Amino acid sequence: MTTSEDTTAARRHEYHPSTREYVRVGLILVALTCLEVWLSYSSLSGTALIAALLTCTLIKFVMVVGYFMHLKFDSGRFSRLFALGAIGAFTLYVAVLLMFGVWGK
Amino acid sequence: MADVTTPNVGVEDHYTSTGLSSTKLAMWLFLASECLLFGGLITAYILYRGASLTGPYPQDVFDIRYTSVSSFVLLASSLTMVLAHNASLDKDYPRMRLWLAGTAMLGLTFVGGQVFEFTAFYREGLALSTNLFGTTFYVLTGFHGVHVTVGVLMLLILVVMSWRGSLSDEPAFPVEMVGLYWHFVDIVWIVIFTLVYLIPSPQGPIR
Repeated sequence: MTTSEDTTAARRHEYHPSTREYVRVGLILVALTCLEVWLSYSSLSGTALIAALLTCTLIKFVMVVGYFMHLKFDSGRFSRLFALGAIGAFTLYVAVLLMFGVWGK
Repeated sequence: MADVTTPNVGVEDHYTSTGLSSTKLAMWLFLASECLLFGGLITAYILYRGASLTGPYPQDVFDIRYTSVSSFVLLASSLTMVLAHNASLDKDYPRMRLWLAGTAMLGLTFVGGQVFEFTAFYREGLALSTNLFGTTFYVLTGFHGVHVTVGVLMLLILVVMSWRGSLSDEPAFPVEMVGLYWHFVDIVWIVIFTLVYLIPSPQGPIR
């Protein structure tokens, strides 16, 4: 088999979630968004509200990246490359916000 | 004579020495760089939260119920995008085109909603240069809207190319690449929705 046929065959054997799995993930994302909106109208406030909202956001982020963008099933190199940008940006900008004392205001 | 195989020049996804597709690697690198772009814009918004000296303030203009509907529309478009990718893997091209067109329509609905929201805010007195909130809000959400619009164009191009039969024999690959971009736009909105709309501004809760 040629290299091209090898890679094509390999790609066909990659794992891809079924439609049912995707719909399940979609429903969880909708539920989490509903929870976020409900939290924003709830009596929760201050740090507790922000922590709850950020937790929901983080779960949604990881689910979309992991399932819809296939990082959970793809090569770890793609995950590391994306993590470099995402975690790098997060660290850089949190440092900037700390430097400007945003949370001390 | 030894059997010599020539490199497969002309196929759309070249493979690197790591065995990974170079196109896909480049797409992930591009998305990683986009994290820095949107990270900068989000940071600017957070940095100037509650720093506007004149109104309108976020609590005067935001309508959480309306923006929530837009968020659901964008989430739904991510689902239709993966269904388009699954259809392309099954080589069910009419279904693939249907899901791609559906994703583009949902994307257009989101952009239309954003245009309506911007118009409403402008009528309430919030322009780009009104205050720090206006500047950081319009730049951040405007950049996101432009990304969604570019994604819609790419989706429509895929639909037209597939319909005309000018897509390659393996359309799953371009669909996957456009899908990666589309889902990235979705995760950026997931972050914007929470940080900009849901977390209360220091100038008062949003109702």
